[in-house]
Amino acid sequence: MNPQTLYEKLWHKHVVREEPDGTSLLYIDRHLVNEVTSAQAFEGLRLGLRKPWRITPIIATADHNVPTTARAGGIADPISRLQVETLDHNCADFGIREFGMNDPGQGIVHVIGPEMGATLPNMTVVCGDSHTTTHGAFAALAFGIGTSEVEHVLATQCLLVKKLKSMRVTVSGALPPGVTAKDIVLGVIGKIGTAGGTGYAIEFAGPAIRALSMEGRMTICNMAIEAGARCGMIAVDDTTIDYLKGRPYSPAGARWDAAVAFWRTLVSDAGARFDCEVELDAGSLRPMVTWGTSPEMVVTIDGHVPDPAHEADPVKRDGMQRALAYMELAPHTAIQDIRLDKVFIGSCTNARIEDLRAAAAVVRGRQVAASIRQALVVPGSGQVKRQAEAEGLDQVFIAAGFEWREPGCSMCLGMNDDRLAPGERCASTSNRNFEGRQGPGGRTHLVSPAMAAAAAIAGHFVDAAKF
Amino acid sequence: MRAFDTLDGLVVPMDRANVDTDAMIPKQFLKSIRKSGFGPYLFDEWRYLDRGEPGQDCSKRPLNTGFSLNQPRYRGAQVMLARENFGCGSSREHAPWALDDYGIRALIAPSFAEIFYGNCFKNGLLPIVLDAAVVDALFRDLEATPGYHLRIDLPAQTVTTPAGAVHGFTLDPFRKYCLLNGLDDIGLTMQHMDDIRAYEAQRRAVEPWLFD
Repeated sequence: MNPQTLYEKLWHKHVVREEPDGTSLLYIDRHLVNEVTSAQAFEGLRLGLRKPWRITPIIATADHNVPTTARAGGIADPISRLQVETLDHNCADFGIREFGMNDPGQGIVHVIGPEMGATLPNMTVVCGDSHTTTHGAFAALAFGIGTSEVEHVLATQCLLVKKLKSMRVTVSGALPPGVTAKDIVLGVIGKIGTAGGTGYAIEFAGPAIRALSMEGRMTICNMAIEAGARCGMIAVDDTTIDYLKGRPYSPAGARWDAAVAFWRTLVSDAGARFDCEVELDAGSLRPMVTWGTSPEMVVTIDGHVPDPAHEADPVKRDGMQRALAYMELAPHTAIQDIRLDKVFIGSCTNARIEDLRAAAAVVRGRQVAASIRQALVVPGSGQVKRQAEAEGLDQVFIAAGFEWREPGCSMCLGMNDDRLAPGERCASTSNRNFEGRQGPGGRTHLVSPAMAAAAAIAGHFVDAAKF
Repeated sequence: MRAFDTLDGLVVPMDRANVDTDAMIPKQFLKSIRKSGFGPYLFDEWRYLDRGEPGQDCSKRPLNTGFSLNQPRYRGAQVMLARENFGCGSSREHAPWALDDYGIRALIAPSFAEIFYGNCFKNGLLPIVLDAAVVDALFRDLEATPGYHLRIDLPAQTVTTPAGAVHGFTLDPFRKYCLLNGLDDIGLTMQHMDDIRAYEAQRRAVEPWLFD
């Protein structure tokens, strides 16, 4: 047999049937459901007099709308409350396992899935959320879908899709101190652009990827969508296996051994051909900071805001000018001179325990700058929160002047009360710096957890490695 | 789903690259549990000068008069002319729901983000990819021509300008078939229930842990 890429292996193992034009019925192993993109799908299911094909692949949680302050009193906003209650009712009606707002297992869907072992190698994983790419870190074929497709998966356990092209991003060398998975993926997006991965499944490979923990790998795959790719993935190795062992949804006993033997095959074969190859040297990377309103508008911490006058493409130049006007930044401004109003440490990109440890290591014994109006730490899940508290990280953050919150998506997109006021500037560990993403008129700079923590202390961007 | 065949529609420009779905329909409107009613909030932050809230009456809100959707010459537009990577970011299907509710039936751009592109077809909207140079020329014609219409023929896969220039476009035959016939693809998939069950039996033998 010809050498196959990891993507080809995952693809072929899930095709139920293929039409002559290549449109394929792809079987879905894990369906993650949140409150924002599911209500209309459940309604459609009922209107069509249909039921879920299978219940056990579905895991639901409320993450986007939930308050991150005390929850005993429920959700104040009646529209948010109705949406969360609608998810509760739908899950109860159909017998779906839900980690509701006050369940200890609640959290951001892309954090709780992996931490429970509900994301396994060779799974197809879908969710009505574009950051479903996260789960590709486990050699899973994982991608975000719209609400119509949520309904399709509920009704049939399948999706109608076509095979993507394959891209391999090889990150060679070793990361310098203070440079993280977030900086790798921002570096990749800066290199290939936000549409660079359109039409591709990206496999991240190379020594610098192999050296990452599962949490770092999730950060990388999480932002594959920001490079335009429908999915990102990383091959199985010891790190994958070690992470999965003993988790609640992982197979156990004799099944574990069989699973491991099978999962070990989930790597791209030597000599497998990719439609596109991209290479990056980890050793040349520095901590990254976005300056504009697209994740591709990114420079290193010792860099400067670029000058649109030097951009030859008129559409790109226009985009840069709009971005600078929105961000209220002048060309040639040193990144380290950008002063901040708020700091957000959280999101499905960077709210896992290692992210909080990295931020706490910077914060320990220091104080948030007086000029910072609010510094938030929002753990990705109840489990992350409890682990951080067991390690005393909450006290490190609180002593420094951070607010320690309940888990949820929070200020990544501000569907709850956590958001930027117009004109406010935020160092954020989230994934999108779009206009208004964190609040209308808000200005977002994407960084790693250590960089966000350092910015909170200094009041402006600084190199966390030298801080 | 509403079928799409041909359309002769007024065109509105959205002249910037990387327009994301957060811009098309901001977060506060995603709290709705319905599929309809998003049209008044389409491009809310660019369209109005105040902050919009779900359920708000938009008829008295202060307008950003410079924004294309607010210009009288584009009122009633059914075709949106856009730039590269249109619809990037969030998978929210509320974006095509808002476009549809506003009255847009077709979109033309040099490229679309994938999730958005797929979501359009599920809602009877036709996203058309044309060469960047062609799109550039259409933007110039549109700017220069009040009442600029384009004729879109899905069966023939063509876009025809008022001057008679015909631009062919490609799309997936299956998507074309579903859109032309207004087909709900869940019904199509349900015809293959036996195949799905046979597949599950075969998977269960190899990966029993997936079927507990």
